Amino acid sequence: MAEMDTSGGGHKKGPGVKKGKKLSTRVDLTPMVDLGFLLITFFMFTTTLSKPKTMEINMPYKDENITDEQKNKLKASVALTVLLSKDHRVYYYEGIGDNPDVAPDLKITGFKAKDGIRDVIIKKKKMVDGLKRSGALGPKDEATVLIKPDENSTYSDLVNMLDEMSINDVKVYAIIDISDVEKGFIQATEAGSPGQ
Amino acid sequence: MPKAKLPRKSTNIDMTAMCDVAFLLLTFFMLATKFKPEEPVVVKTPSSISDFPLPDENIMLLTVDSKGRIFFSIDNKIKRKALIENVNSERSLNLTDAEMNNFAIGASLGIQFNQLKSYLNLSADKQAEIGKTAPGVPVDTSVLSVNNELAQWVKSARNTNPKLRICIKADGEAAYPHIKKIINTLEGWKIFKFNLITNMKAIPEGTAAYEQKNGVAKAE
Repeated sequence: MAEMDTSGGGHKKGPGVKKGKKLSTRVDLTPMVDLGFLLITFFMFTTTLSKPKTMEINMPYKDENITDEQKNKLKASVALTVLLSKDHRVYYYEGIGDNPDVAPDLKITGFKAKDGIRDVIIKKKKMVDGLKRSGALGPKDEATVLIKPDENSTYSDLVNMLDEMSINDVKVYAIIDISDVEKGFIQATEAGSPGQ
Repeated sequence: MPKAKLPRKSTNIDMTAMCDVAFLLLTFFMLATKFKPEEPVVVKTPSSISDFPLPDENIMLLTVDSKGRIFFSIDNKIKRKALIENVNSERSLNLTDAEMNNFAIGASLGIQFNQLKSYLNLSADKQAEIGKTAPGVPVDTSVLSVNNELAQWVKSARNTNPKLRICIKADGEAAYPHIKKIINTLEGWKIFKFNLITNMKAIPEGTAAYEQKNGVAKAE
């Protein structure tokens, strides 16, 4: 007896000739898309698209052979000395504080957006510009900031201060070791204003 | 009125286009990805307005964590190998070839010279574990001091690769004296130009830098 062809549709080709089932070439792509997006998410989270930024600093050339005569050419009128101390406090005074007998007028401020060290620097720059115009200073004189961090200051203070230099476009600045005299000034100010 | 009969549409969507997009994005991210190099310590760098990107090669990275521990690393395996060979001969550490190879493929280093040999014998996992509690590379205020091992590293690294750019990546909470010691060490080798790695921050409005960048004439 001949076998029954159970596959519906199509006409019989004859006994014994089996017809291959026509499979659809369509594949369900949903899992593949799922996988794709999963990987995208993974790479998006692990990627570091923003490269770290760097700040270039140039320290003043230091040489033991430079005599004191060649140093100290800085005029006191263009200088602003900034002392960095603990709790992100910033002390500043005009001039370079080279006279230990006369205590400079030390003022305290911080890295605030308003009335902070930035305003002090801007004021100083304006003052130097004014002096330049009036002829009291030569054209080569620039507002100079001396940054003196003490032992209690942190690295972020230093970076913030250097950043203020670039924010305010101060061209001449230097990081200098704090002197004992200035440490004394800070202590005296702290003692004078308790509760700060 | 007879109701308009909407033809029933199949809910199957052609996924091919979506798949294409997904894999296109995937390819992009795969190529753009650069995995973060393994770091021994977590460092939260302070922010600055500087937008100078860190160069890809020839960098010496001095990582300083909040407690002031210093970790030293340079890029490029070949240069690392040359560096450790140099240090090995200068400090007579008696390192084997395998130990030096271990250094070349390793990560940042924060260990003294006298512990270096045993440290390099460990597997990478153990090294990372020790790295968490490592004392950091010893440093001193003078380059001539024997205890200033960072000075030795810096000197040897500059001998092997004179083009090295020195980058300091320090935690904002690190005390200034630690940074000062590093700066003193660099100054001791007459290196006066180096980079500080910082985060990006927006330039505050109304300042000189803001005006420079945006070309606004100074309002007088």
